[in-house]
Amino acid sequence: MVALERVTKTYPKGNLRITALAPLDVTVRPGEFVALQGPSGSGKTTCLLIAGGLLRPDSGKASVDGRDLYAMSRNQLASFRSGNIGFVFQQYHLIPYLTVLENILAPEAAQGEAKDPGRGRALAEQFGLEHRLDHTPGELSAGEKQRTALARALLFNPKVLLADEITGNLDHENAQIVLGFLREYVGSGGAVLLVTHDREVASQAGRVQYLACCTETEAAR
Amino acid sequence: MTVWQLVIKEILRRKPNFVSGLVAVTLSVAVLAGSLTILRLHDLRTEQIVVRKEQETRQRMKLLEDDYRKIMKNLGFNLLIMPADQRLSDFYADEVVSSYMPDSYATRLAQAKIVTIRHLLPSLQEKVKWPERKRTIVLIGTRGEVPSLFRDAREPILVAVPTGHAVIGHELAETLDIKAGDPIILFGRKFIVSQCNEERGSKDDISIWIDLVQAQEILGKPGRINAILALKCHCAGNELAMVRRDVAAVLPGVQVIEQGSKVLTRAEARDRAAREAVEAVAAEVLSRKQVREEQEEFASILVPLVLVMSALWIGLVFYANVRERRSEIGVLRALGARSSTILRLFLTKALLMASTGAVAGYGLGVLVGVIRQGEVSISLFEPRLFVLAACTAVILSLAASWLPAYYAAQQDPAEVLREE
Repeated sequence: MVALERVTKTYPKGNLRITALAPLDVTVRPGEFVALQGPSGSGKTTCLLIAGGLLRPDSGKASVDGRDLYAMSRNQLASFRSGNIGFVFQQYHLIPYLTVLENILAPEAAQGEAKDPGRGRALAEQFGLEHRLDHTPGELSAGEKQRTALARALLFNPKVLLADEITGNLDHENAQIVLGFLREYVGSGGAVLLVTHDREVASQAGRVQYLACCTETEAAR
Repeated sequence: MTVWQLVIKEILRRKPNFVSGLVAVTLSVAVLAGSLTILRLHDLRTEQIVVRKEQETRQRMKLLEDDYRKIMKNLGFNLLIMPADQRLSDFYADEVVSSYMPDSYATRLAQAKIVTIRHLLPSLQEKVKWPERKRTIVLIGTRGEVPSLFRDAREPILVAVPTGHAVIGHELAETLDIKAGDPIILFGRKFIVSQCNEERGSKDDISIWIDLVQAQEILGKPGRINAILALKCHCAGNELAMVRRDVAAVLPGVQVIEQGSKVLTRAEARDRAAREAVEAVAAEVLSRKQVREEQEEFASILVPLVLVMSALWIGLVFYANVRERRSEIGVLRALGARSSTILRLFLTKALLMASTGAVAGYGLGVLVGVIRQGEVSISLFEPRLFVLAACTAVILSLAASWLPAYYAAQQDPAEVLREE
């Protein structure tokens, strides 16, 4: 489902280039829950962004559902991402002026067309947010915000869910609820790639892949 | 959820941002619409003033025309009958007749049944040096009115100067200190001044009127006259040819001209009034044109200045909005939004700002223009002006927001998300 083959990424910093990601192979199959663990700066988020088609790697190949992400044009990639990849972030990234229901339906605006509003309500119900539909993110607890973000990511039934430290701001109880939803999703055939530095969270994944703190510097020229 | 809903929600959430941009659009459109309304009302007012003044002139001219006709009816024309060999150029230059004809012509004319000729006043006049006072005068000998044989006897229009008496022109009386009752010596003869005339502003002011026979003796022209003045002729100016024919049938050796009269004076005054009225209208139009040019010049500086300032302000407002929504844009991109969708998000907002600003600015501008010009009798909705205002608002908003919107659309979502 998700296949990163020998992907690397460096970032410029003055005259130097910081290696964010050494050659890395990651594979997540349908129905598989993979946790990517490593210390800060090990390239976990970079890896996730590459897998989501948001960050072109310096080398290597990134594909989802057999499609080479970076062989597509920007617009093709945007459409593909919309239909196949769901993102969940540690900071939730909910749109502050939209209600819970509207946030769940926000990917429709990103796609430029409104679809079935019933799907948004069903997701809200599924994630225990039915009593919060008209509330804005500012009125939600951290757990509710993350559940809203999760519901939003699943609006178009993506094949892959990419989650970046999604329990980082949650207490243990809410973290378990959210992880429970991820397991449900995996159980329905979805693929999850979860970035975390929390061993306990990682332990709930079917498989854990470790990233060493391999940051290197080399001369830009 | 659509882009449109997202835009509306965002505007409602960040009202100050939208309102500050809206104020700039409104102000620009208001300045444009206000300036054009002021110019439009100025033109309209000029048109009204010209029409009103032309109407007033026409009415005044009509009244003068009526007066003219009444005067014509009551007074008739004054005609001057002179010898045929009198050169009109000399007469018009000197106002004195220098050719002569028998004084019996007056009697022949009086006896002829020409209905248009009335009140005949034969005279002999010559410009001479008054030897006793060393002054150039016009000596006029007159015998008063020649009675008409076929008309009822009426009081003569002018009383003859009695023998041994003289009537003195205003200028002579003033400068020579002559008063009624004073004796004067004229060419060695003694006369009693029976009257000093009021100022007439013509050669009459240097004239002396005496009895015709005495004048003929003094000037050495016995039995001769050189003019017959026909007063109150019952004919209009365009019937002069007919009078000439009638007179020529009786007196073959004469010519007839129209003499200056009250009627002519008034007609001239009327023409002068008409000319002055036309000139006054032209002066008013010129003055208003100058004011319009000044207003136009002011507007040509103010409108572009406000447009540029507003464009800069709107650009800053949108740039601030883009900065504020960095994370939101990054997430939308992560959720599958294309660059064009992000662009649409901001440009739709700009269009909403433009349409709202166009309506508000147009209303405000026209209102200010109307109040400024004190003119409320016009239709406040001028379709062409509104279309211009709307186009200006749209172009201004889109142009000013384009760069920030493009910047937002080109934003790298990975960069934003990594920063978070």
